[in-house]
Amino acid sequence: MSKSTLKYIGKRLLISIATLFIILVVLFLMVKFLPGSPINNEKLSAGARAAIEAKYGLDKPIPVQFVYYVKSMLTGDFGVSYNMYKDMKVATLVGKAAKISFMYGIIAVIIGTIIGMALGVFAALHKNTIWDTLATALSVLGVSIPSFVFAMLILIVFASKLKILPTGYSSRNAIVSSIMPISALSVGVIANVARFTRTEMVSVLNSEYMTLAKAKGLDRKTLIMKHALRNSLIPVITILGPILVNLMTGTMVVEKICSVPGLGKLLVNSITSNDINIILACSFLYAAMYIIMMLIIDVSYGIIDPRIRLGKDE
Amino acid sequence: MEELNIEFLADDFEFVGDKQDITIDQVLPSKPAWKDAIDRFCKNKGAVIGLICIAIIILFAIFAPMISKWEFDDINTALANIKPCAQHIFGTDSYGRDLFVRTWKGTRISLFIACVAIVIDVVVGMIYGLISGYFGGKVDAIMQRFQEIVNSIPTLVVLTLLLMVMKSSLFTIIVALSFTEWIGMSRITRAQVLKIKEEEFVLASRTLGASSFFIIFKEILPNIYSQLIIMVMMSIPNAIFYEAYLSFVGLGLPIPAASLGTLINDGFDKITVYPYQMVIPVVVFSILMLSFNLVGDGLRDALDPTMKEM
Repeated sequence: MSKSTLKYIGKRLLISIATLFIILVVLFLMVKFLPGSPINNEKLSAGARAAIEAKYGLDKPIPVQFVYYVKSMLTGDFGVSYNMYKDMKVATLVGKAAKISFMYGIIAVIIGTIIGMALGVFAALHKNTIWDTLATALSVLGVSIPSFVFAMLILIVFASKLKILPTGYSSRNAIVSSIMPISALSVGVIANVARFTRTEMVSVLNSEYMTLAKAKGLDRKTLIMKHALRNSLIPVITILGPILVNLMTGTMVVEKICSVPGLGKLLVNSITSNDINIILACSFLYAAMYIIMMLIIDVSYGIIDPRIRLGKDE
Repeated sequence: MEELNIEFLADDFEFVGDKQDITIDQVLPSKPAWKDAIDRFCKNKGAVIGLICIAIIILFAIFAPMISKWEFDDINTALANIKPCAQHIFGTDSYGRDLFVRTWKGTRISLFIACVAIVIDVVVGMIYGLISGYFGGKVDAIMQRFQEIVNSIPTLVVLTLLLMVMKSSLFTIIVALSFTEWIGMSRITRAQVLKIKEEEFVLASRTLGASSFFIIFKEILPNIYSQLIIMVMMSIPNAIFYEAYLSFVGLGLPIPAASLGTLINDGFDKITVYPYQMVIPVVVFSILMLSFNLVGDGLRDALDPTMKEM
């Protein structure tokens, strides 16, 4: 890695950290100005309410609360849940939920990429035949229809009518109950990857070095596996980042439909019960994941293609 | 210099053919660019089908609630949960409200939210991108940093929090949607402005003494319309999806108003007992998403064949 690359990464890292901090401030202020008190109990007297507020440090001015929050956050303490799970540590709750969501997301991306690439290559090799049209139609369908629709379809057909799959999540049966959400999530990935692979593959197959390779008398298998596929792989890898970011959007609704106790469901539930510490931690985690992913994408672009640099995009 | 002494004989030459054999360049009738684009768009079967679907759905959304004898908020528990039949084409929900009327009323509201939000996005994003791209330098740097920060908060988090702080209503949903979607518009606009402002015709205009205002609106803007139209078509399904998402999270329109999202959410609670209550709005929603995507793709190919896929 050259010096300029390191400098670029450093600069990008600095901006990301600054952005994260600003986001934290904004989130904190928004959460503090939410209507209603975090202590949702009508029966409490004014004195009892004040006592609880003092216990959680809610009686102090907002800047002081913020400093305190950031300080404890840096040590991995995200506060405690106020009403949903009485006094449980938010860090454990969010950690447990995030583990499931991450796992599902990553598995969906892996499965989706493999199937999507196979489909894309297949379509490109059978260009302008009925198979190509079919594969393209499928991928258009997958790209435009959000994953929660597929989750509902699977739920109605396989869980409700045929009763092959469980309708909800159970930790005892983690593998079987993860089939539904993962397959729903991977449809979008398959479609996106297939579409992109097809375009890349078609342009590679039409290139002059493929003609040369063919002229050298290479057999079809080496031709496709070694020359065509490898060259269309790099651009495909670069779109996995945006796909992963997109997937996060999908998980929130899919988790609700498949009743998976993931990050999305935790956030939704905390919104309905006004549990501000959980809302804050979940939103911040989402934002952090998003920013880290963007950072990885940008940096890896910078390494793959040094022409792409921040601030020189004109 | 030696003198050339060549004598031509009659049979040195060969008769090439009659004048009729000579091919004449065919001059096609001149066609304006927009007509060319329309022709290209019409050749794309998927896009045309998508456009027809959108037209049909819009017609239903406008006229179905007017013609039907039921109102979208007529509660009649005696008629609850009727399966689709001649009286109630899409059946009724658990309050006995006619789902045919509710579905089209909901489609109308979903489309309305999406369109208004996108119009605001275009105006805000376009102006932001134009200013940022045209003036460049410090202005651009500051505006870009701001945009980067806003862009790096995931849309869903912003939407969720905004709607929690503001009370959920038609107006707040539109505001929240326009708060997040303008960035794409401003980016496209800025990129185009940066490209176009170096062109000779802009320079010519400037030497003639045109003001920045004139150059931005008369010289640059007309050249980025096609990109903006493509972006609009691509953004509408996004807006429809986010509206559905918000309803799903419980931050959608307050009852008894219906949007596609709230209908899907209501139907989801009874998915195992009365699947039709959810399937029908989901089908309309999916067709709408698919059609807008197809039309967007078709428009992109027709208006700007150089724009890359994805």
